[in-house]
Amino acid sequence: MNIFQIISEIEKVDPEVYDRLDSRRSIFKHMTGLGQKLSAAALPLAVGAIFNKAYAQTPVGATVNDVLNFALSLEYLESYFYQRGQATAALQAGFSATNKAALDLIRTDEANHVTFLRSVLGTAAIADPGAATFDFTGAKGATPTAANAPFLDVFTNPLTYLAVAQSLEDTGVRAYKGGAPLLMSNKTVLTAALNIHSVEARHASRLRTMRRGGPLNNTASQSPQSGTLNASPKSWISGTDNGGASPAQTAGIYGAGNNTGAPTGVTFDAESNTTQGGAALTGLPNTTGFPAAAFSEAFDEALDVTTVKAIARTFVVNGSTFLA
Amino acid sequence: MADNLQPLHVPIKRRSFFMYAGATAGATALVLAGCSKDSDTTPSSTISLGTGDASVLNYAYALEQLEAAFYAQVAKAPAADFSATELLYFQEVAKHEAIHRDFLKAAINRDAPGKLLQDLTPNFTTVDFTKRKSVLDAAQAFEDLGVSAYNGAGKLIKNAAYLVIAGQIVSVEARHASIIRDFVSPGTFSDTADANGLDLSRTPVEVLTIAQQYITEKLDGSTVGQ
Repeated sequence: MNIFQIISEIEKVDPEVYDRLDSRRSIFKHMTGLGQKLSAAALPLAVGAIFNKAYAQTPVGATVNDVLNFALSLEYLESYFYQRGQATAALQAGFSATNKAALDLIRTDEANHVTFLRSVLGTAAIADPGAATFDFTGAKGATPTAANAPFLDVFTNPLTYLAVAQSLEDTGVRAYKGGAPLLMSNKTVLTAALNIHSVEARHASRLRTMRRGGPLNNTASQSPQSGTLNASPKSWISGTDNGGASPAQTAGIYGAGNNTGAPTGVTFDAESNTTQGGAALTGLPNTTGFPAAAFSEAFDEALDVTTVKAIARTFVVNGSTFLA
Repeated sequence: MADNLQPLHVPIKRRSFFMYAGATAGATALVLAGCSKDSDTTPSSTISLGTGDASVLNYAYALEQLEAAFYAQVAKAPAADFSATELLYFQEVAKHEAIHRDFLKAAINRDAPGKLLQDLTPNFTTVDFTKRKSVLDAAQAFEDLGVSAYNGAGKLIKNAAYLVIAGQIVSVEARHASIIRDFVSPGTFSDTADANGLDLSRTPVEVLTIAQQYITEKLDGSTVGQ
């Protein structure tokens, strides 16, 4: 019986195990003495006593695991979306080589996020929902028609595909930001979540760049914003982006959330917000003459779990409890 | 970047510390002694960013001062070989970074009176502002560095509201980084992500080691967040 193997196993389920042991000096000291006094046979019992002490004082990362499973749910949503889209040859024919490569890269990142979060959660991870849980046409599992499916041509029209992709990524960015305070008890997990968060933002930016330049453009970054923000967004969110790619379905992605239960000082404002930390940005020195949009663009906004779930369920079939 | 390569685990130092400690009681004393904080031997000419949440805000303020100064200089005298879209990018992002800088300054003055980091003197002598490529490369370096800095600083923050603010800024920096990378080389927007799909995060000391070449004053970030 190897104690470190045991701890390693526990770590798979509870990433905080080292913190728990390390943060309690008395247990830690207790343990260092044990190594010499106890025989190998007695060790498991002693270790059990130590872990009982370590875990007795706090729930076993319930909140952290809940947040991670929420993140995993969103990653499944994204991952199944790109998995299908990138495997649809007719759709891919509508993208330039660089754009297709970019979408392949995003698909890979999202699949890696799923694998990574599953490995962190271990046995606490939710079950794989499977592709049938999602309906990216927005018809929620019914036979899609022009009447019931706002994204009817999502896997045949590159423009619609990019519109949905941007919507998913912008939602993800807001979701991770809103979840961050709930992970503060576990610094390792918090850092990992932040490292995913910025990758989602990079994706969102690239998808917006592609939407400006058009699916067949090989140097999309050279296309300036022109026309409506709905169809030709900046690489960052400007105001509420006019409600996003398809306002009837996507306005909520750029709108305000629900502040109930938010940590002190945290608010879930609309993306057009220009007040940060209780202070109006527009009154700052050295910003005279800046357009109003610049103040909203400089800060993304967080969103609460409940609101994110409601948005994400746009793409979950009726009758499923996924993300409910 | 041990944190980045082994994101599943508690940082190596802590793990090995724990294992050593369990090995023998005798060794424990040594390891514990090795873990105590080194006495501060930093020369007095350096500026310490301090401790606590104020230090994290000042750390961010230092980086935003740097970015804002860089973008302001580009916007003021842009390279002649910029494309129209690249020029527009620098003009817009110059505003974002100026807002970040002035917001942090105001927040520190309000929440931690008397602790505001001084104005820094940027040193951009390694950047050729007349050449598109030189400016783009520098912008990419600043944006990627900024993203990794905020990512690494998150765990050092104690106040949830500050953590969210940092998150609100870092995703905008990541959006900048994404398109600046595409200016430099289309399709490289998230090449900083590792095999787990995780972006880079750096400690304040790691970030300042890189950033120091652009700052005249010597900064000490070794106590940030403590």
